[in-house]
Amino acid sequence: MAPMPTAKSAPKPAASGDAYKKLGAAKLLKIHELMVRARLLEERLIKMSKGGDGFFWIGGPGEEAFNVPLGLQVKKGHGVNFDFLHLHYRSAAIVLSMGAKPIDSLRQMRSVATDVYSKGRNFVNHYAIPEHNVVPVSPTIETQYATAIGTGIAQARAKTDAITIVNGGDAGTAEGDFHSCLVWSNRPVRPLPVLMIVVNNGWGISTKGETQHGEKNISDWAKPFPDMPGRTIDGNDVAESWAALEEAFAYVRKNRKPYLLEARCSRLYGHSSSSGANRLAEPDCIEILEKKMIERGLAKAPDFKKVWEREAAELDAAHKQVKAEPFPETKTVWEDVFADGLPPSYPTKGGS
Amino acid sequence: MANMAQAIRMALHYGEKNLGVTEIFGEDVGAPLGGVFTATQGLDNAWNSPLDERGIIGAALGLAWAGGRPVAEIQFVDYIFNVVDMLKLCANGHWGSGGRYKTPMVVMTPTGSGIHGSMYHSHSFDSIATKLHGMKVVCPSTPLDAYGLMIAAIKSDDPVLYLKPKALLRSKGEELIPGEPDEKTLHDMIDAPLGDRTKWKAKWPKLQEYVVEIGKAKISHPGSDATVVTHGRMAPICLDVARRFAKEGKGAVEVIDLRSLVPYDWDAIKASVKKTGRVLFVNEETEITNFAEHLIRRLVDECFYELRVRPRLLAGKATPGIALSPNLEYFIQPQTKDVERALGELLSDPA
Repeated sequence: MAPMPTAKSAPKPAASGDAYKKLGAAKLLKIHELMVRARLLEERLIKMSKGGDGFFWIGGPGEEAFNVPLGLQVKKGHGVNFDFLHLHYRSAAIVLSMGAKPIDSLRQMRSVATDVYSKGRNFVNHYAIPEHNVVPVSPTIETQYATAIGTGIAQARAKTDAITIVNGGDAGTAEGDFHSCLVWSNRPVRPLPVLMIVVNNGWGISTKGETQHGEKNISDWAKPFPDMPGRTIDGNDVAESWAALEEAFAYVRKNRKPYLLEARCSRLYGHSSSSGANRLAEPDCIEILEKKMIERGLAKAPDFKKVWEREAAELDAAHKQVKAEPFPETKTVWEDVFADGLPPSYPTKGGS
Repeated sequence: MANMAQAIRMALHYGEKNLGVTEIFGEDVGAPLGGVFTATQGLDNAWNSPLDERGIIGAALGLAWAGGRPVAEIQFVDYIFNVVDMLKLCANGHWGSGGRYKTPMVVMTPTGSGIHGSMYHSHSFDSIATKLHGMKVVCPSTPLDAYGLMIAAIKSDDPVLYLKPKALLRSKGEELIPGEPDEKTLHDMIDAPLGDRTKWKAKWPKLQEYVVEIGKAKISHPGSDATVVTHGRMAPICLDVARRFAKEGKGAVEVIDLRSLVPYDWDAIKASVKKTGRVLFVNEETEITNFAEHLIRRLVDECFYELRVRPRLLAGKATPGIALSPNLEYFIQPQTKDVERALGELLSDPA
């Protein structure tokens, strides 16, 4: 992976001083708690997948240091006056930071009737949360960058400071939809308030990014556009992520123009079930955060231990509950085909 | 009489004034052109997009999720093939989100042959469109139906693919659109002048709401001897042949203009076939995995003993494209003489 320079067009980083101390113990402990919640959830989902308590797993362990600060800075709510989120399947820490419950992810993994995101129809980590403007997550790669254009247009028209956030991976930036979002967000007649985020873990399933991408930084794709800052940061670092997101959110909110932020993060359990979902020897952002906080006297090791134990216990209880919940009835497949219901003569037999 | 392009334009204007349509967009949809077939000329909310079909459908889907009722255009249906997965997202978003996100959006696109459009301006898309389950698919054949279906599509909370038969966009109907003035007045009011259009603004007639319910076919010609099920460009051809057959005493042919492909009006098809026992499906799609093949299979399942003769399909020939040379295009795509021949055979087939 190349070093992480700041692109020419990016605003200057925040003033010097210890970034962790600036964030303060209370905020960092809250961030830590959410990071642990997200990590334990993903590890539980992997266990469920491997143990026959669900099917395919795909998720984002290793991205918590970036995704939690992102989720906490969202202007959360429903409608064009609140931020829209076009996420992908590695975004659990974002939705948990916005208040989503771990039990709902367990339900989607087990595909039980109580799965609020998809009624047992979609893979885990495929959310749909209208009350928080989290639009349906799709297994298709990069299409979220195309749909972000639409909510961006709606927010460019409205008198609001709300913005659209789109999040995806590095390999997907080869798709045309990423470039559609760049072009449409920078139309001179109507620039869009879109925060384009790329979490770069250096991989596309089993293919190394450096073997397929000649561009030095993904954020360099902002360079042709005069009003679009582009920046690459260390997404394994909580304080750097917080500050970079703060700056990016502020730019888009105020200027109603796009921003491209690339966060270099670890991929701790590989791509998905398809690559085994085993722990890999990459930097662990939670270990990094705990070390930095202890070094600065902002917390002690036993404080963290309590969080891990408490979150694990809550997850145990949630998992136990989900195991007792029923699977969806077959007749429910005919719900939601059309918004106004299924016409009586719609073919439902599956053939003759 | 308004032509179909004018009818669509008037429906879109009704939509932007009364139904909350704030975005009508696509390639060359805004001023000065107003669409390559002029169907968006003079509209307040029509604008030009980048030349990017995936961006167009993505934008429409995002706008729908944000609470809008967008109308997006793919300039020719031939260009829609690189957005099939985006259309799939539009179609499955409501179901995939457990009913949490509705998708009120219209994608309109000119379809079919008939303008010497060669390999990439003559396609039909029916079979793929009807496989995008969750998407409603409509295709008018008259200006009045074009008006009523567009208003229905805008009002729908589901995504609607609105197929505009390009060969009929300049055709006029036999029925007036509610609020439509005489032809010359309409032309002066809503057709952009040639040359400089920078200061031109459309003057709109006082339009009224008129809805053609999605899923309801039209019996455009009643009959009891045989049934023809058709839509789009082939519908007026079938109607014309049915009228001539009636006049010439060759048989009373019932013509069903489907108007909606999804959901389709199964009750209308079934009732007619039960009455006539003879049925011909006519459309422009190629014959391999043609949409009408599904209808034929269902008829065989549900009306086998009412069928007096084998059901038939008149469709496009399964060539890799529609050829430019008229001789070749008219051979590949069904024409009036083909409908006459197929209907003649259907009527004369001994039961």
